[in-house]
Amino acid sequence: MDILRFITAGSVDDGKSTLIGRLLYDTKSILADQMEAVERASKTRGDGEIDLALLTDGLRSEREQGITIDVAYKYFQTPNRKFISIDAPGHIQYTRNMVTGASNADLAIILIDARQGVVEQTRRHSLIASLLGIPHIVVAVNKMDLVGYSEDAFLQIAQEYKKLADKLGIKDLKIIPVSALAGDNIVDKSEAMPWYTGETMLHFLENVNVLNDLNLTDARMAVQYVLRPQTEELHDYRGYAGRIQSGVFKKGDSITVLPSEQTSKIAKIEVYGEEVEEATAPQSVTILLETDVDISRGDLISGAGNQPILSQDVEATICWMDDRKELKVGNKYTLQHGTSLVRCSVKGIEYRIDVNNYEHLEDIESLKLNDIAKVTLRTAKPLAYDSYLKNRANGAAILIDETSHVTVGACMVEA
Amino acid sequence: MSNIQSPESIVQRQDYLDQLESEAIYIMREVAGQFERPALLFSGGKDSITLVRLAQKAFAPGKIPFPLVHIDTGHNFPEATQYRDWLANEVGAKLIVRQVEDTIKAKGLKEQTGKNATRNWLQTFTLLDTIEEFEFDACIGGARRDEEKARAKERIFSFRDEFGQWDPKRQRPELWNLFNGKISKGENVRCFPISNWTELDVWSYIEREKIPLPSIYFSHQREMILRDGNLLANADFIFKDENDVIVTKTVRFRTVGDMTCTAAVESDADTIEKVVNEIKATRISERGETRIDDQQTEAAMEDRKKGGYF
Ligand SMILES: Nc1nc2c(ncn2[C@@H]2O[C@H](COP(=O)(O)OP(=O)(O)OP(=O)(O)O)[C@@H](O)[C@H]2O)c(=O)[nH]1
Ligand SMILES: [Mg+2]
Repeated sequence: MDILRFITAGSVDDGKSTLIGRLLYDTKSILADQMEAVERASKTRGDGEIDLALLTDGLRSEREQGITIDVAYKYFQTPNRKFISIDAPGHIQYTRNMVTGASNADLAIILIDARQGVVEQTRRHSLIASLLGIPHIVVAVNKMDLVGYSEDAFLQIAQEYKKLADKLGIKDLKIIPVSALAGDNIVDKSEAMPWYTGETMLHFLENVNVLNDLNLTDARMAVQYVLRPQTEELHDYRGYAGRIQSGVFKKGDSITVLPSEQTSKIAKIEVYGEEVEEATAPQSVTILLETDVDISRGDLISGAGNQPILSQDVEATICWMDDRKELKVGNKYTLQHGTSLVRCSVKGIEYRIDVNNYEHLEDIESLKLNDIAKVTLRTAKPLAYDSYLKNRANGAAILIDETSHVTVGACMVEA
Repeated sequence: MSNIQSPESIVQRQDYLDQLESEAIYIMREVAGQFERPALLFSGGKDSITLVRLAQKAFAPGKIPFPLVHIDTGHNFPEATQYRDWLANEVGAKLIVRQVEDTIKAKGLKEQTGKNATRNWLQTFTLLDTIEEFEFDACIGGARRDEEKARAKERIFSFRDEFGQWDPKRQRPELWNLFNGKISKGENVRCFPISNWTELDVWSYIEREKIPLPSIYFSHQREMILRDGNLLANADFIFKDENDVIVTKTVRFRTVGDMTCTAAVESDADTIEKVVNEIKATRISERGETRIDDQQTEAAMEDRKKGGYF
């Protein structure tokens, strides 16, 4: 059995939380007491109809305002797969929370209200999903019950979305007409929409292939911790602990350590103390080398021959997340990439992306909350990175404010 | 090395428990790598027992590089306390125990009295004092997102201000697997390696890894207080009145918290296999069935967390 992580995205009130509630409900994943609690809460708040969104909207302020503020993680399983569902807020103010949830997703469900069609938040969230390289996108045209389950309404929105997807270069796209509230085409096929002969949402989620999404070509492991037990029998033991980010490592492989560019060979790979011949992403392992090299936390072990770029100049697409301070040229931040922390300064803002038409706007002075832009950074030490598009794990970085220590930027590095 | 398997087949061979384990170990190592003085908050329950196993694996063949910290309410199950001492010794970890009783005396705290009185909320004071005493900058906890609706919202690295408070409306963004552990002095981070595990995952892992558990997790005969449909273990310090009925029952515990607020389930499951099967079949959530403290108000957990709770 494997795990699929998916996020629901889209504009305010398009039905993201209700959709997850419906998936949980129809897969019988809600336990009796949890259902009672939701029924109780629905009664005190509304007209008595059960509000499935309350299954994920768990914070006091979310329930008071009837909106999602931060991502909720919910878990369910069917006989062939385990699901981690991530319910994102639709409100523009909380976009950074959506980005948080989306950064680890294998698949995004973008909801569209059938009465409204594609709106600005649909475009923003689709852009973010595509920049984050989420491999699979499903569009749920929701609230079909409110447009008389009309095929025309569906086709029109589907066509509009396909144009947008083309612009973004989204390859794997699926569009499903649903009613999250009534349960049409979520787990069970809709009787109200005989004209739709495709899969239900759950069927799609259960069968989409995510095995191929892993990068198994570029061997990379950021060193998290150096294990030196220094006991009598393990006197000379020096193990480099980390989680393989991408690729495969085998005993005997030649490796290069970055940024120092020292080379060695793998003497041993251990998984929690037990020796294995080889290991792949995303396993956590300990690597022992044949020769003495100077390695500490923050270094990257790479397969020799196929190495990442080593440079102090970094070009990245950035989602800016600070609501208190703007990003300006010349500003300095701490950049966290893999397990390394390095100071950097902003050299330039190349362009900002207009979320409505994806056009590049130039001559940008600063970035405000939720802006998405291309920037160039200069790091204080060389960074060993891959292009995010090629290798998500080694092309992702965050910017941290040097005084407040808050995470202010999500960077997708380009090569 | 003739029978090397293709990478795809290794990935396929990786079961979901392997994936969860690998993620949890990654988080453990991030804590050890990023912080100067981390601690593992150990309650004696199955989630923190699982954490200890994960920590052992994360740093094998070395020892766990941080202490286990237990905030002892004085109302723990004796079996859990004995197990705690045994385990710390077994894994060779340093054990720090701080008593809620001592905080109550030193600070003149007012305890709840009467029926359903619990020291659950008072633990926060002792916890925050202990963090200050040892200057812990990170505390690893066994909270899972499937446990409760406020926990479902919490980050894996959950920032706490100098008063230990969680601010659910201003959580730091948390992107990819890049955990931001930067803090100023006095602040700290609560780290939750098994955030993405469900109750069933924990039980299945315990079964797979053959992790020994305190005996109260398995079916046994015990003197119980029957109160409002809940079965509480009888103990001297639990306030009883004429409505409480003392009965002997065959029970096991699904969670292990304070004796004052942890209810048992009637069960004959005396092996881990049988417990796993019961958990698979249950229609009631862990907290709903066993935590009287959470049944009190709709936002009980959120409020406790805002105040600095685990
Ligand atoms: N008629 C109808 N109403 C729906 C449907 N799906 C959701 N709704 C209603 O739309 C409203 C908003 O639903 P939510 O699920 O809270 O929307 P959301 O997208 O999660 O909103 P935010 O998280 O705040 O962005 C609620 O009143 C739902 O009951 C649907 O398929 N049909
Ligand atoms: Mg919502």
